[in-house]
Order: sequence, then structure tokens, then C-alpha cells
Amino acid sequence: MDHTSAMYLGAGLAAIGVGMAAIGVGNVFGSFLEGALRNPSAADGQQGRLFIGFAAAELLGLIAFVVAILILFVVK
Amino acid sequence: MAGDINPMEQFEVGHLIDLKLFGYDVSFTNSALFMVVVFVLLATFMAGGLKRQLIPGRWQTAAEGAVSFIDSMVNVNIGKGGKKFAPYIFSLFFFILFANLVGVLPLAILPGLHTFAVTSHITVTAVLAFFSFGIVLLVGFFKHGLKFFSLFVPHGAPMVLLPVIVPVELISFLVRPFSLGLRLFVAMTAGHILLEVFGSFAVQGLNAGFNGSWIGFVVWLGSFAMIVGVSALELLVCAIQAYVFALLTSLYLHDAVHLH
Repeated sequence: MDHTSAMYLGAGLAAIGVGMAAIGVGNVFGSFLEGALRNPSAADGQQGRLFIGFAAAELLGLIAFVVAILILFVVK
Repeated sequence: MAGDINPMEQFEVGHLIDLKLFGYDVSFTNSALFMVVVFVLLATFMAGGLKRQLIPGRWQTAAEGAVSFIDSMVNVNIGKGGKKFAPYIFSLFFFILFANLVGVLPLAILPGLHTFAVTSHITVTAVLAFFSFGIVLLVGFFKHGLKFFSLFVPHGAPMVLLPVIVPVELISFLVRPFSLGLRLFVAMTAGHILLEVFGSFAVQGLNAGFNGSWIGFVVWLGSFAMIVGVSALELLVCAIQAYVFALLTSLYLHDAVHLH
């Protein structure tokens, strides 16, 4: 397999990590919504933690994206 | 055909006015121009709202709402001794918010007026993140001296596990500025690349449609719908990323001020 094909394959595989981060982010928001629908009055107080959880899950997905971009544009 | 459109071209920084200072290149770039635009917008918004009417008009209410939003965020997340950080968190949040929003503005319908997303460069976001982290370190060391290192020893951790826990806590602390800067940078860059890719599909579809194949018009319509949807999502992401940056900075300041 030549270098360019390996690069493109590597970038495509790294992008699978972004899909897995999508599951993680959906999990965070889904759990929040589930709890919020059971106890709506307590939901507004926890909004800060919702966004912290979202940021943490999203960061790891973005790191997978950065790996793909590194492979495509930085590796010679 | 696809080779003509480069999704990375929108991020290029070009000199508008060439300036040199002691041999260093300090040219006024399009990035600097849009930072000035963001500053002017923010200054106008706040200056227009800083009236002192007892019954506020709409602009004053908006400015007061902005300040009280940051005030409540700082109070909830930093607690006592947090009020002195409110101006910094305010500047941080609104600079990032306005910079993100200006970057997404679809002004390019007027030829040549492409807005530039200032925060889509790691240079800008890393400086913001390291500035926040630097403030956290300064506050921590000035307030607690060397006891600041007790931040890495969680309450109630058994002494046996300390050689494992302390390096892990140290590394996760040192990763904070990188994660702050990287999160904002990649969110903005990925959003803009996505918009550009759909835009290129729309342009190529329309060209193909005018050159004979009707499928081009289908592609154009689908891509246009996606651009509208992704732009709406991008507006949300702009606001969320600005909020997350300010929120995490407040949390790190809480750690520095209160040591758990």
C-alpha cells in the first residue's frame, strides 16, 4: 500500500472516533433530559453541569478530528 | 472540478497593511481587522447600554442582562471572592461570542465581503486559554503560596495511592489550557469547513444544473437545505463554545481560589 492511500485510510479510521463522540454527547444530553422530565423544577439548576459534561465529551471527539486533520495535512 | 474549491482557503491570514517594527513583521492582517470589528461591536453594545435610567429602555436592559448573566455565572461557579473576576470573564465570554458570530455571518453575498472567523486559529484560542490558565496559576500562588500544590491531592485519598493519583491529577491539570484552546479552535474550524463543503456542493450542483444535467439542481437544493440547517447549528455551537470556555475558566478559578 503506498503512502498516500495509507494516509487517507488512516484519516478515515480516525474519523470513526468522531462518531463515537457523538454517542457520548448524545448520552450526556439524553441523561439530562431523562432526569429533567422526571423533575423539571430541579433541571434549571443543573444546566451548568450539563454544559460541562457536553464540553468534556465533545473535546474527545474533537481530538479524534484533530488526529484525522494531522494525518491529512501535517504528515508528509 | 472539486480541485478548484479548497475548504482550507477560508482560514488563510493575509496582510492588509504591511508594517515592520524592529525587524519584526507586525502587519495588520485580516485576522486583526476582524478582531477590531469585534471590539467595535462589543464597545458599541456596552456603551449604548450604559445609561442610568431607573426604568431601563431596551438597550440598557440588554446590556444589564449581559452583565447579570456573567455575574450569576461567576457567583455560582467561583463563590466568595469571585466578583473580582467578573470583568475578565465578561470580556472573555463576549469577545469569544462576538468573534464566533462574526465569523459565521453570511456577508459574502456582497462580493468580496468574506468575514473571517478570528477564533478559528489555534494562535488566537491558545493565547486566550493560556491567559486564563496564567490567571488561574497567579491567583493560586498569590493566594495560597506553595499550599497550592495540595490541589493535586484529593480529599480523603489513602496515602498508599498518592504516587498514582498525584501524577494523574498533575497531568490533567496541565492539559487544561490545551484542552480549552483546542476545543474552541476545532469546533469553529470544523463548523466552517462543513459549511464550505456544503457550499461547494451547492455551487458545483448549480453549475452542473445549468450545464444540462437536472440532477445538479437536486444536489443544489439538498446542499442549500443542509447549509441552512448547519448554519443554525453553527449559531448554537458558537454560543455554546463561548459559554463553555467562560464556564470552564470560572471553574478553574474556583479551584484556584478555594482549593477544592
